[in-house]
Amino acid sequence: MNDILDLIANSDVLSFVVYRLIPGLLQAIPVTLELTIICCVVGNLLAVPIAVARVSPKPYLWIPSYIYILLMRGTPLLVQIYLIYYGLGQLLPHTWVRHSFLWPYLRDGFWYAIFALSLNTAGYTGEILRGAIQAVPHGETEAGKAFGMSGWLIFRRITLPRAIRICLPTMSTETVLLLKSTSLASTITVMDVMGTARWLQKQSFRTYEPLIAAGIIYVILVFILTRFLNWLERRLNRDREQPVALKAEEILGNA
Amino acid sequence: MGSQSNWALLAYGDTGWGDELLRGLGLTVQISLCAYLVGFALGLLGAGAKLSSNVWLRRLADLYTTIIRAVPELLLILLLFYSGTSALTALLIGIGFATEDIQISGFAAAVAALGFIYGAYMTEILRGAIQAVPKGQMEAARAFGMHAPLRFRRILFPLMLRYALPGMGNQWLNITKDSAYITVTGSVVELLSAGANAAGSTKEYLFFYSTTACVFLVLTVASMLALAALEKRLNRGIRR
Repeated sequence: MNDILDLIANSDVLSFVVYRLIPGLLQAIPVTLELTIICCVVGNLLAVPIAVARVSPKPYLWIPSYIYILLMRGTPLLVQIYLIYYGLGQLLPHTWVRHSFLWPYLRDGFWYAIFALSLNTAGYTGEILRGAIQAVPHGETEAGKAFGMSGWLIFRRITLPRAIRICLPTMSTETVLLLKSTSLASTITVMDVMGTARWLQKQSFRTYEPLIAAGIIYVILVFILTRFLNWLERRLNRDREQPVALKAEEILGNA
Repeated sequence: MGSQSNWALLAYGDTGWGDELLRGLGLTVQISLCAYLVGFALGLLGAGAKLSSNVWLRRLADLYTTIIRAVPELLLILLLFYSGTSALTALLIGIGFATEDIQISGFAAAVAALGFIYGAYMTEILRGAIQAVPKGQMEAARAFGMHAPLRFRRILFPLMLRYALPGMGNQWLNITKDSAYITVTGSVVELLSAGANAAGSTKEYLFFYSTTACVFLVLTVASMLALAALEKRLNRGIRR
């Protein structure tokens, strides 16, 4: 054990990696996870009204929704983040917000990142959900009508649950993309895994070690998230699992 | 900050930022195009490796696509940008093409980094497209006595391209947007950098980032229209 500690203490690279890089990046993981989870929840909730408006036949509903989705999907996320962070930062100090309870939050890049990433996720998921809503078999909503359900009840009990199930695989991919996108928060001073890596880069004048270590952490996070989402998908689809066929000897025992 | 003065900021020439933004757009399109071609070449190689009978080639391609697709693009751009620049410099000096004072241009490094990332995404798309080509088509070509390069050029490649088109179109839309990440390296003044420069010097952040977003939107919409026309053309022999 002492040999190993000596080795670390005597090596410049190793002592940097063990005493500064690994603790620093591990500390930053909760920030990345917070960004991912909050934006996933808020973004997906916002996506529901956007998707509903998008499939509506009324022009005053579907046109704004169409434009919103186009804006979110047609411009780079980085531009959206800069627009919200610097643009609002230019406007807000001159308004009532400056003196309200919100101000302490609005000086922090974190909340701007949450805002931008949630709006962006809402646009992407809204489009996915639109496709899924349109893919819900017509007969099922008709059955709801035949039962005398109101429009809202049909939506809540039939259309939405069915649509979510249809687009679950796509939403999983989207969530992984969101986890990767949170790294963009580092450009507006948020100290997530990426932000910490870039800070350590500047502090230590080492180009590669912080970036490679952060890359490894992202690979692990993506792996865990993918596993979790696959499990969730299986769990939500439990009723359509194929019954497991028992082999003859299992039924008869080892007789 | 009335609207009158804001529009004057977009003037062409020394007083406004219109020409800087347009030049930025030009660079964004150039970087995207070059990186797209690099990515396409790497994607073909990757797809070939994934479908080859050699286990090690398959594993190498799997490693490439898995890692690249799991790591944030921003991080990859920074990593590949630095490592690509020094590796290329070392290589050029090593084979005697250059002396110590050589500088790899930011443009080349950006194209290499972005192309390497998109190669991984295109590998998956092209692999799927190659597998979608009906077996009978390739068998017919073999029955005609075509040799492998000819089979690839006349049958596999054109057929595959049609299956790959929707996915490849999406990649084009993504690469134009992801080229904005180049701005964090601070080496090439592409569209977002140009917008950021303008915003920084005039303090008109809201106006210039909105303008930048609009220019990106125009690029996206134009690309979408072009892709729709291309898809229609490539599918003209197909009954719907």
